[in-house]
Amino acid sequence: MTGRRLEHGGQIDRAQALRFRFDGRALTGHPGDTLASALLANGVRLVGRSFKYHRPRGILSAGPEEPNALVTLRSGARAEPNTRATVAELFDGLTATSQNRWPSLRFDALAINDLAAPLLGAGFYYKTFMWPAAFWERVYEPLIRRAAGLGRLSGAPDPDAYDKGFLHADLLVIGAGPAGLAAALAAGRAGARVVLADEDFRMGGRLNAETFALGDTTGADWAAAAVAELAGMAHVRLLPRTTVFGAFDHGIYGAVERVADHLPDPPPGTPRQILWRITTRRTILAAGATERPIAFADNDRPGVMLAGSLRAYANRWGVAPGKRVAVFTNNDDGLRTARDLRAHGVRVAAVIDARPDAPDPRIDGARHLPGAVVIGTSGRLGLTDVTVRTADVREFRIDCDALGVSGGWNPALHLTCHQRGRPVWDDRIAAFAPGPDLPPGMAVAGAAAGVPSTHGALHSGHAAAAEALDALGRTAPPADLPQAEDAPLALRPLWHVPGTRRAWLDLQNDVTVKDIAQAQHEGFGAVEHMKRYTTLGMATDQGKIANVPALGVMAELTGRSIAETGTTIFRPPYTPVSLGALGGRATGPTFKPTRLTPTHPWAEAQGAVFVEVGQWLRAQYFPRAGETHWRQSVDREVLAVRAGVGLCDVTTLGKIDIQGTDAARFVNRVYCNGFARLAVGRVRYGLMLREDGIVMDDGTTARLAEDHFVMTTTTANAGPVFRHLEFARQCLWPDLDVQLISTTDAWAQIAVAGPKSRTLLQRVIDPGHDISNAAFPFMACGAVTVCGGLRARLFRISFSGELAYELAVPARYGNALMERLMERGADLGATPYGTEALSVLRIEKGHAAGGELDGRTTAQNLRLGRMVSTKKDSIGAVAARRPGLNTEDTLELVGLRARRPDSRLAAGSHLFAPAARTEAANDLGWVSSAAFSPHLGAPIALAFLRGGAARQGEVLRAVNLLSGQDTEVEVTSPHFIDPDGERLRA
Amino acid sequence: MIIPHPLLGPRDAQEFTYMGDAALIDRPDGMAEGAAEAFDTYLHARDNPAGLHRELWYHEAGDRSWLVVTRDTRTHEITQVELARDVARARGRSQ
Repeated sequence: MTGRRLEHGGQIDRAQALRFRFDGRALTGHPGDTLASALLANGVRLVGRSFKYHRPRGILSAGPEEPNALVTLRSGARAEPNTRATVAELFDGLTATSQNRWPSLRFDALAINDLAAPLLGAGFYYKTFMWPAAFWERVYEPLIRRAAGLGRLSGAPDPDAYDKGFLHADLLVIGAGPAGLAAALAAGRAGARVVLADEDFRMGGRLNAETFALGDTTGADWAAAAVAELAGMAHVRLLPRTTVFGAFDHGIYGAVERVADHLPDPPPGTPRQILWRITTRRTILAAGATERPIAFADNDRPGVMLAGSLRAYANRWGVAPGKRVAVFTNNDDGLRTARDLRAHGVRVAAVIDARPDAPDPRIDGARHLPGAVVIGTSGRLGLTDVTVRTADVREFRIDCDALGVSGGWNPALHLTCHQRGRPVWDDRIAAFAPGPDLPPGMAVAGAAAGVPSTHGALHSGHAAAAEALDALGRTAPPADLPQAEDAPLALRPLWHVPGTRRAWLDLQNDVTVKDIAQAQHEGFGAVEHMKRYTTLGMATDQGKIANVPALGVMAELTGRSIAETGTTIFRPPYTPVSLGALGGRATGPTFKPTRLTPTHPWAEAQGAVFVEVGQWLRAQYFPRAGETHWRQSVDREVLAVRAGVGLCDVTTLGKIDIQGTDAARFVNRVYCNGFARLAVGRVRYGLMLREDGIVMDDGTTARLAEDHFVMTTTTANAGPVFRHLEFARQCLWPDLDVQLISTTDAWAQIAVAGPKSRTLLQRVIDPGHDISNAAFPFMACGAVTVCGGLRARLFRISFSGELAYELAVPARYGNALMERLMERGADLGATPYGTEALSVLRIEKGHAAGGELDGRTTAQNLRLGRMVSTKKDSIGAVAARRPGLNTEDTLELVGLRARRPDSRLAAGSHLFAPAARTEAANDLGWVSSAAFSPHLGAPIALAFLRGGAARQGEVLRAVNLLSGQDTEVEVTSPHFIDPDGERLRA
Repeated sequence: MIIPHPLLGPRDAQEFTYMGDAALIDRPDGMAEGAAEAFDTYLHARDNPAGLHRELWYHEAGDRSWLVVTRDTRTHEITQVELARDVARARGRSQ
């Protein structure tokens, strides 16, 4: 127990207590606390175990850069691993659990890894888990997977909702510290539409963590007044708890607003988080800066913190992180920490200042040690003392339970890199500053731009806003900014203190100074190589703290400057974004839209089983009482069609209405077979090729009038074919008089199939329409009326091979028409059939469908090569004649019939000669569609077989190595029933 | 990305489908002499510039216009957007 709540101060509501638990221990905090500040106030220093060596770790920072204090927040289905305690807002009832330890945080069995550290240095994965190769999948990977990672997912479905939102702004201001607030005030007062986003729940940035005055008030009060003024402007949108995580093309920014993360459960109707897509004309990045540590031996003990964070805990949260504190710094900002802590009544043991000429901060009771460095620490689970080496090379211990370290400040320039911008080294601040290649429309202000003081931040924020307003055609108001501190940055770079014990650079990935040296020694000196070899800068913090110090070390090792050493750049996201936020509402049943067919209510009432077909939900089969297996239902439906009449909703097939004086010319060019002379009132099967000669789609197209066609497409290709036709219409032949519209959803279409189909139709089609075989032959089409005057279209087409029709009515009448057909057909045995029976029927007939039109097959493969007309220019016709697509042994569509009726035959099987070894060299083709044919009483299939047309009668094997099937089949015609088409014309 | 549609103003790229090089507009005559070679080039030969690229985008979730967008492949900066139909006509395509 070292940390404690101070008597006074902090932006917390001391009147209210919030109860929470950490590893089961009941603790209390206050509104305004983060989990980290509340833990420190309760004297908790040890919060986690490190990734690789399981070393005890404590809270290092007070912000999103935190590498150590990762906890699992909440429990049950809401458990969220790897949450940074430093940004988790405290709420009543919060539960947090430490990670990466077993059996307990204080005693962790895997801490043994730390003893094996000499074997686990940089690149040990690459050296250790190499041989033998057979061990890779069975030994190494399970081993690594078990040991790797930090927290564990709950495995339960996320109970919360996430939303997506769109915002449009003239100016997006990222960060609500002094620079961001000054910028937002200027733009807001000028009337611009402003979005001001800040990841903190309290806007103000460092102003909330400092004690110095802004004009005649405190920084926190000035920030609160500025936020209040902005909140009163209707054209300004304030987004607290919102992290802008990425800068994308054309002024689009991604942001996550944590709407309910600070509440025990999201209130009803409230999403947990909102993913904002912000489109803005100008952006000001005012994200501040991140403090960096100095590496020294054993600098990872709980109690060693960033100096600015130590100060923030005291000033903002009224927490003294230790009873006796020391500061190790190389710049004046560290002195500010010592002063502020002393002003809060905390004992300051020493100010260890690496600068030989360091000014004496004159802190009551503190030793001032200019030119000194920390060379070691003690304390098994938390800091007890530090060892110091002075300028005159004396070494001694100083008792302290908290050490604030300051190595300088790195501008938070991450978003400036998201469009490939490269940071540039700035000697004045000894840090990387934003480079010249900013995302278009972005300016950087304040500490993010490398401006060190509060005065500088306020003025650079205002100036950036003035420039943006000018570009937006607005006039900036005069700068009305308070007086603020303007201390220069007095810093002498120091990256690490040389020593023999391990000095940690990346606390999250357990990377030490030695690892960097080893990487350099082994030839991985280039920055990108070093990063990957050592894993420095990876995982949740993405090197926010470690990257620059590691570059400093690498520069020293190679004798180059940091500018010459180079830097890695940052990609989105700035901090981790939950998959829930990215998914939004697109989960479960709302993952994609669900389209229902017009007869869906009727099918549901029949007890149909439904299947997803793209976005559509279609009836798959209609089980009847006593049927226990889907095959029983499907076989019955198939036989009913062949013997009587069946009904199937085929609305999902794409329908494209084509009109215009050039409609016939147009259709003739997009199908490879002839359509120019199709008579009015007739339908034709059309084969559509891609320009490279591969089959794109097929369907029937009806000519309803001289200048009016209705094309049908497969269900899956309704969209792509329409896009293709629009391309042909607009880009290839822009002056053809032809118009297209999709009418898929406008017409309900019902297939009426079977020898009794005409009889049934005659009962619903109004008198006066002659549909006798003579008047309405196979492939006829025309407008009719049904059921007493309802306009309808009738097509005599057949997918099943039987006498069949498709009847289309306006979509809203589809359900009623189906009911009427069933009622009028009762005595004929009218039977509804679903997609399974539809598929069996078309396989029996040998019609191609999705399995055959898979984007690889040609007209020749389908044995439709002669359909490709040579008398006209149509899309794909030239490429279809390529020699490579027309070889003698090309794959050709055949039928297969299993020799044993009880054997199994699956699509995807490959074909082999009876005695051939089942290996790729002997592969003769593949099965594209398979079904059990109740008509033949055996499994049948359609397949592509090398030289298949000439192999009828051969016996082959259909082999499916995945399911272990090896089935003897006989090659047949693909037309298992009625090869001459007599039934169609009956 | 935002695509400034010539008829509808700035539209989010999510509304569009991408097809590729605008050279696809220059479809050869399938009945002409040397059609096989011409189609081989049309189908397979593409420039892959680091810089300005003219390419086809389809406003599928919008007005169904095909557009020719001139985009810098290095920066995604869009410098020109035309209706593909106008481009096709300007390149001599008609019926």
